[in-house]
Amino acid sequence: MSVSISPGRVRSEFVKKIKELSGETLQLCYQCGMCSGNCPMVSNMDLSPRQIIELARLGLEEEIANSKTVWICASCLACTVICPRGFDLSRLMEAIRLLTLRKRVDYVRPEEIPVKERGELPQIAMVSGLRKFSG
Amino acid sequence: MRLAYYPGCTLKTKARNLEEPAIASLEALGFELEEIPRWNCCGAVHSLADDDLIHQVAPVRNLIRVKEQGKDAVVTLCSFCFNTLKRANLLMKDDAEKRDTLNSFMDEEIDYSGEVRVLHLLEVLRDEIGWEALAQEVKFPLRNLKLAPYYGCTLLRPREVAIDSVENPTILREFLKALGATPVEFPESTRCCGSYQIVSSPDSISGYAWDILSSALSHGAEALVLTCPLCDYDLGQGQKELVKRHNGFKGMPLFYFTQLLALALGLDPQVCHFELNHGSPESLLRENGLLP
Repeated sequence: MSVSISPGRVRSEFVKKIKELSGETLQLCYQCGMCSGNCPMVSNMDLSPRQIIELARLGLEEEIANSKTVWICASCLACTVICPRGFDLSRLMEAIRLLTLRKRVDYVRPEEIPVKERGELPQIAMVSGLRKFSG
Repeated sequence: MRLAYYPGCTLKTKARNLEEPAIASLEALGFELEEIPRWNCCGAVHSLADDDLIHQVAPVRNLIRVKEQGKDAVVTLCSFCFNTLKRANLLMKDDAEKRDTLNSFMDEEIDYSGEVRVLHLLEVLRDEIGWEALAQEVKFPLRNLKLAPYYGCTLLRPREVAIDSVENPTILREFLKALGATPVEFPESTRCCGSYQIVSSPDSISGYAWDILSSALSHGAEALVLTCPLCDYDLGQGQKELVKRHNGFKGMPLFYFTQLLALALGLDPQVCHFELNHGSPESLLRENGLLP
């Protein structure tokens, strides 16, 4: 029996929210994998950037929540500029991070950064890191 | 010529070695940087969520300060500040709905609609001075120095804010040629250093740094040329560990492009604050007769 999957059949609050937050059309992606091939962080990810898009549009929230990938992403936009479909994956990664952070679940808590490191890190590291990893 | 200038937080403390040689060099070239009054932190990263307008307030306020000064362009040195200000500026220019919301929210400020141009210093050197004219100002050509230009991310991505070709940038190469140095191209020149991952997973940074440093080294570079204080930190702070881990690696000096500019223009090396560099470049400069 064949199963057809279309955006209309995936009725998920998660998909609705990430579309709203990212402003991106998830159906644009045709899974060519250019994003994963160009991601400098992919070797540290448990799901590749390409897989994140596929799981996201299927509404598989739990699989994504159990993955570290969106927290390994450094928003370097290597995927964004290479995508042949004009899909901005950095915005999808941000949307998924925000769904967690807006539940007041921080990925990094400022008080847990060692004092020595806090003193040494450049300000742009602290500000950007805490913007991306805490709510 | 006086240019409105936005420094940003890091340049006033940890990256004085990026700022001070830039100010001194521009003065030597007949430009004066006029720091904008009451500037605030730019927010460091551009908000990528559609509903997150509150984080646009900080960069837009800085752009309003520039407009109030009566200037039509603002110069930045820090790659993060450049990117954040330029992306916020595009938002104010191109998105009427968000512009109206932000202007209403900041009702104590004058209205803003993206009138100011956001520039990086490298663009000023290329477009206002020109490489040939810059070359003529050079007193001490950086002869024999084999330097790899490293762009990182935020001067080139996304495409709409890029100061040069996204795929094949040449602006740093041309800059280095003007100073008399030998640019060394390498494939990792636009690869991310790990950025703010240093805050969440510091252990992963040394791997990213090694990919970049070892590639530059294998292409014949003696040092890397940077524009961003976070690249400097990520590529520099873990080098002692990399020296222990990788047989034959002796460390790689890191320069800010503004330090090289000041040296080539014959300014007092003290203005370069080499003591703040993570990968110390002083011995390489002494070997080449560029420092006493």
